Amino acid sequence: MNTLAVTTPYTVPVAMMDVLQVTLLVLVAAGATAVVLIRARVRQVLMLSVYGVLLAVLFLAFQAPDVTLSELTIGAVLLPVVLLLTLAKIRKKEQ
Amino acid sequence: MTPRQRRWIFLVAGAGLAVFYLWGLSGLPGFGRYPGPYGFVILRLAVAQTNATGVVSAVNFDYRGFDTVGEEFILFVAATGVATVLRTLRGERERPAVDEAAGRHVPPTSSAVRMVALLSTGPIVLTGWWLASHAQTNPSGGFQGGVMLATAFVLVYLSGEFLMLKRLSPVDLLDAVEAVGAGGYAAIGVSAVAMGLAYLKDFLPLGQVPGAVSSSGTIALISFFVGLEVAASFVLIVGELLDQTLLIRRGS
Repeated sequence: MNTLAVTTPYTVPVAMMDVLQVTLLVLVAAGATAVVLIRARVRQVLMLSVYGVLLAVLFLAFQAPDVTLSELTIGAVLLPVVLLLTLAKIRKKEQ
Repeated sequence: MTPRQRRWIFLVAGAGLAVFYLWGLSGLPGFGRYPGPYGFVILRLAVAQTNATGVVSAVNFDYRGFDTVGEEFILFVAATGVATVLRTLRGERERPAVDEAAGRHVPPTSSAVRMVALLSTGPIVLTGWWLASHAQTNPSGGFQGGVMLATAFVLVYLSGEFLMLKRLSPVDLLDAVEAVGAGGYAAIGVSAVAMGLAYLKDFLPLGQVPGAVSSSGTIALISFFVGLEVAASFVLIVGELLDQTLLIRRGS
């Protein structure tokens, strides 16, 4: 089965990739925790956007550039925009 | 039920979940170890079979194209749902929002934001089209390109041009583009059936050079239709939400 494997040589030393991937995993975990812990609504949405960017970079480091492009646009831009619009609508009603 | 009883039920259920979760995790293949032959087979054969060097697109729009039709229609139905829920009801009339706290100081859109939004709109439209039309040559595709096109519309709004945004994206046109995008994909599949082939079988000439823009037959075409559908869906959804925020509806 493994004879079918296509080996692509890394252009970056493996140890360096490992460090990068572990760093990004830790950052993503910290970002997700921050999103949950921040209670102020607008700040929470902005943190969600930052989290989207972190996740996009993580996908890039794990060799999924197509998912990076989707995550950048959906997670970092469109989802926060939709949430901010909803918050603006709610705030108008509350006043 | 007392809080004490509830806590016990939670603790027992939580412990059970933890045990089964760890048991499941212990059975997973090691990090970065891919066990199946399918991915290796695709990597070996995809470029020769489809002439697409964007192997991810070849998988999405050809090998498992039927699955992607379903995904596209999920988005189609979601946009339809938003438009239906937020439609103008009988007896509702739209009127532009007036400032309800008249004395309030509203900061104008800063010129820095306007500048960045205006300057990046053009390049983002270009990148979006490029991504949607180059699925066959690199890891992009209609979905990524379409979403990027939609963000260009958000930038137009950010630069403070709400009315310009409405003029650029009339709902009737968006509906039509969305329908053409979703229907186009399905129609390519049905065309293959009409020729006596399997649904979504690539029936167009694959081109001579792997990785050329004109290569890969229906993969490039499907990606283009997906781009139309995705861009129209997202502009429609964001537009509907903007209407909800900026136009106040009143019963007559």
